[in-house]
Amino acid sequence: MIKLEQAWHDALRQIKTWAQINSPWAIHFNSGSCNGCDIEILATLTPRYDLERFGIKLQGSPRHADILICTGPVTRQARERLRRVYEQMPEPKFVIAVGSCAISGGAFQGCYNIVGHIDQVIPVDVYVLGCPPRPEAIIDGVVKLLQKLELSKDERQRAKTNE
Amino acid sequence: MHNTQAEKFIVPMGPQHPALKEPGHFEFTLDGETVTHAGVRLGYVHRGIEKATEARTWVQNLYLLERICGICSHTHATAFVLGVEKLAGITAPPRAQAIRALIGEMERIHSHLLWLGVAAHEAGFDTLFMFSWRDRETIMDLLEEITGNRVNYSANVLGGVKYDVQEKHADALRRALDFLETRTEHYLEVVKNDEMFLRRTRGVGVMSRELAEAWGVVGPTARASGVARDVRVDAPYAGYVDFPARLILQTEGDLEARFSVRIQELFESYRLIRALLDHLPTGELVKTVPRRIKAGETVSRIEAPRGELFYFIKSNGGDKPERVHIRTPSICNMSSVLSLAVGHPLADVPMLLAGIDPCFSCNDRMVLLKQTARNGAHADEWTWEQLHQHGIEYYRKQKR
Ligand code: SF4
Repeated sequence: MIKLEQAWHDALRQIKTWAQINSPWAIHFNSGSCNGCDIEILATLTPRYDLERFGIKLQGSPRHADILICTGPVTRQARERLRRVYEQMPEPKFVIAVGSCAISGGAFQGCYNIVGHIDQVIPVDVYVLGCPPRPEAIIDGVVKLLQKLELSKDERQRAKTNE
Repeated sequence: MHNTQAEKFIVPMGPQHPALKEPGHFEFTLDGETVTHAGVRLGYVHRGIEKATEARTWVQNLYLLERICGICSHTHATAFVLGVEKLAGITAPPRAQAIRALIGEMERIHSHLLWLGVAAHEAGFDTLFMFSWRDRETIMDLLEEITGNRVNYSANVLGGVKYDVQEKHADALRRALDFLETRTEHYLEVVKNDEMFLRRTRGVGVMSRELAEAWGVVGPTARASGVARDVRVDAPYAGYVDFPARLILQTEGDLEARFSVRIQELFESYRLIRALLDHLPTGELVKTVPRRIKAGETVSRIEAPRGELFYFIKSNGGDKPERVHIRTPSICNMSSVLSLAVGHPLADVPMLLAGIDPCFSCNDRMVLLKQTARNGAHADEWTWEQLHQHGIEYYRKQKR
């Protein structure tokens, strides 16, 4: 009985991973950025870069999203919102921090209204550097995340065959 | 529950919302479909830059101020360097001034094309969004070729510019302008003739000249309402002294006019860039500026893509500014949206908002304090100690 449940669970998880790798939906949240990173994220959706060919779609609501793309340092006023957006996302969820600000506070280190960088507030999976990163770099970051998911899938399979 | 009386709904929007690319919080009170009251809460992107400038040297500030806004980073830097040069009693060499204007115009092109896309997207016209962003990449490539970065180009230094525009850049630029010109003609035609699009823009959000003046609207938003105001024309700076810009004016004051003013400004930018490239002055690029700037205060005004950008700079003779105050165009235009929204259906509000080309990272310049009498002080006079105390108490409350 327990075994059956376990098998069912594994199958479900496999389906989930498969679906995510094929078509993750992303949401973008700006927690205090200068806009530079945001327009580059938007540029990745447009014909020259076309992020959608990887099946990635920018989505409006956190409840439908798998990936949270964060830009900017975290301001005091946006901190709670960032946390709330993250909490509203269904599991499993991933976070990509885009830009120097999101990684370290960047040029705004020491400003009085800055709490810090993204991973002081929520956990981050992929960091994309640059001020702002080129759209290619952002795409690379997303693809790296997908590879990471794929890898975790492979590992799980390997663990299973070893059993 | 269902009483027959007209119920009032409050629709909150933001700070995370599909129609907003940046965080801002709006609240619309609705009567049926019509907006009866609109309010805004800004400040999600307030970082405290003005204060931070006081702890950085003049040169460091250049890079900080550029990062107020990624879309019009060059204008922020230009306004700052022009002010500082004025304080130091130095004028940058003519070639540097011309290159400042050149890059400023390129930035205007990229900003207006960006805006056109976003505004079209708000209207549900995603084809135009994709097209205009595709064409925008032409100018982004050139900005990258000249300065090495697509956004935040850091072309300015105190006393001049960092990058030279060479013949190969000029050729590439001319070719790009030819391409963009044909595309822009097409956009103008779409904006003026597309029946579906006109339904979203013609006669929507009409702002008369009187209203525009009363609300202190600036930039293309004001020029679409017949207010002849353009810093490049009224008080030429940098390269615009030798290469005057023409004023684009329209009087209808509706969204359609705001679209067509911005698109016509693109043509004006193309013309200016061609003129600048043909008669680029020769000579050096930078003059040395001392590390300490003479004491004094000055004001510097610039026409950013969104309107007049205003810098107040005060030096006490040290290597850091004593005070930098910035007034950005978006904050001037924001109030007009709230007033215009009243009486319009909710569906028009994103378009109205896009009509002023808002930029929240520029917007969030100051902290508004509720004017209540506290600590025995007069309602709108705060001493530094009281302000300090208020800050501490406010954040203590927030933490809880
Ligand atoms: S990393 Fe640079 S471009 Fe991105 S938000 Fe920060 S300052 Fe702006």
